[in-house]
Amino acid sequence: MSTITGHSELDAEPSGDKASTGRRGDRIFGGLATGSGIFVVVLVIAVGGFLLSQAVPALLKNDANFLFDRVWEVNDSGMRFGIPDLLYVTVVSSLMAMIIAVPIAVLVALFLTQYAPKRLASPAAYLVDLLAAVPSIVYGIWGFYVFRPYTTGFQDWLAEHFGWTVLLEGPVSLGTVFLASIVLAIMILPIITAISREVFAQTPSTHKEGALALGATRWEMIRTAVIPFGTPGVISASMLGLGRALGETVAVMIIVGTNPGIFRFSLFAGGETFASKIANNSAEFGSSSKVGAFIAAGLMLFILTFLVNAAARVIIERRKAFSE
Amino acid sequence: MSTLTQDTVSPAPASPIDKPNTMRAVKDKLATVAVYTAFLIAVIPLVWILYTVISKGAGALLNPEWWTNSQRGITARTVGGGAYHAIIGTLIQAAITAVIAVPIGVFTAIYLVEYGRGKLARAVSFMVDILTGVPSIVAALFIYTLWVTTFGFERVAFAVCLALVLLMIPVVVRSTEEMLKLVPNELREASYALGVPKWKTIMKVVLPTAFSGIVTGVLLGLARVMGETAPLLILGPPSKAINMNPFEGFMAALPTMINGERDQVVQAAYDRYWGAALTLIILVMALNIAGRLISRFNKVSR
Repeated sequence: MSTITGHSELDAEPSGDKASTGRRGDRIFGGLATGSGIFVVVLVIAVGGFLLSQAVPALLKNDANFLFDRVWEVNDSGMRFGIPDLLYVTVVSSLMAMIIAVPIAVLVALFLTQYAPKRLASPAAYLVDLLAAVPSIVYGIWGFYVFRPYTTGFQDWLAEHFGWTVLLEGPVSLGTVFLASIVLAIMILPIITAISREVFAQTPSTHKEGALALGATRWEMIRTAVIPFGTPGVISASMLGLGRALGETVAVMIIVGTNPGIFRFSLFAGGETFASKIANNSAEFGSSSKVGAFIAAGLMLFILTFLVNAAARVIIERRKAFSE
Repeated sequence: MSTLTQDTVSPAPASPIDKPNTMRAVKDKLATVAVYTAFLIAVIPLVWILYTVISKGAGALLNPEWWTNSQRGITARTVGGGAYHAIIGTLIQAAITAVIAVPIGVFTAIYLVEYGRGKLARAVSFMVDILTGVPSIVAALFIYTLWVTTFGFERVAFAVCLALVLLMIPVVVRSTEEMLKLVPNELREASYALGVPKWKTIMKVVLPTAFSGIVTGVLLGLARVMGETAPLLILGPPSKAINMNPFEGFMAALPTMINGERDQVVQAAYDRYWGAALTLIILVMALNIAGRLISRFNKVSR
């Protein structure tokens, strides 16, 4: 699954540009290729630039503090908007999703690389990859209309017995951050599994056989050889999963955004993430006068995912440097 | 590896410091159980979702009208109409997206594998990674600021396609790049040795060898963008009628059809959004499975 792992290396293969003849065909073709590469770079910079250029006027007109004021009143008479509530729900739901998904994904990756019989491993891996093919809106309607009834009992029980913690305080709303986190966890599971699988499969067999030869059980072999080798890859995979969870829009919108209600810190409250806030207010995009506030929120989301993805990339690059 | 994993055979006598061997065996068994359980947990949602969508959506699809009619003139409460407008809308948008994204993606991959060295190549590779992580809603907002705010155009299906291009490019780049890297260097060198220019070598030797892998990447990329809803919410307001012109008026699509009907609590709408969800899943899964099958016919393998 190279397509969802989203990282690659630049091998210094000796194909070199000395192969180019400098004739017109070569110059045009090389130009097209280089041009496409530059286009991609410009594209990403343009995303940041355009969002910034539209967000700044809105931020200047903003009568509230964008980073600290917990209000969102955007109408024709004036704009007062701040992001702390959005940031809280976005980060908490994504972190929860990661806490649920990472252990399962690591175990699934171990199953696929170390436990499953060879003939079953690749169809089984394909099944997990198929989870990534389900459109997010289908996750949304499944999560809200089908899966939710099965979780209400558990959520009520948690709220009743652990309600004294701020995070699990009742009452339980209809669509909760908790439910959204579970669905997000399912959605990012295939991404984390795919990358973890790749790195676990790369464990040098000398390490594994060495452990086994010293009398280690299979689990001890995994703990001492496979997991230490794969840890940076798993961390990087988790960050990519986190990035996906932070930006997930429609499933979250359907699950928590139906009735956000009054903001509470509890996981059992509804709420809005950056993405679901923007999507929930998509009707506003008919006239461009009020969208500045939402573009500012989108810019924050872009910065957030940029940082997370860049960190994931740095970690995996560093692993590469030491793994040879 | 299975021959090497007979964990119970450990002839060395346990030293007094070591825990007894049974403890180690129990831990090993527990780990095995945990790993198998985790896999089951991971598969349950997939089976559950597929079952839900098929059992709730099949009814709508069995009606031949579903494939031929639109929702024009049909209110949420009345039964009838079809999804033709949304299916055709989704297909048109996917086709336009592919036409724009595939050349850019393939050429970028060619640059990274065949040309790119040094700082620019690093920057391109990094930016492709960042693009992979750009949330679809951010892509939609970017195209909105470009298309509506800057150029002053109306919201039309073509703008949706532009946002989807942003999401498809990294998928195409990464899969093409992987495939191009698998093409053996000897093929390139043999071609150069015959005096073939570099661009012809890439066109006639490298790309054909990697072709099926590239097709797989394109199909998987298409499967991803067809299911995207966020750009449609921002840039492509839904329509109930058939519209095949991406530059004028609103165009329907399956995700927006689901979204438009889902808050209605009447049976007719309920059937329709699950029907649309099943149609969408069938399209996406078909592309996905086709992609996998084609990748089997790969000339280069890892």
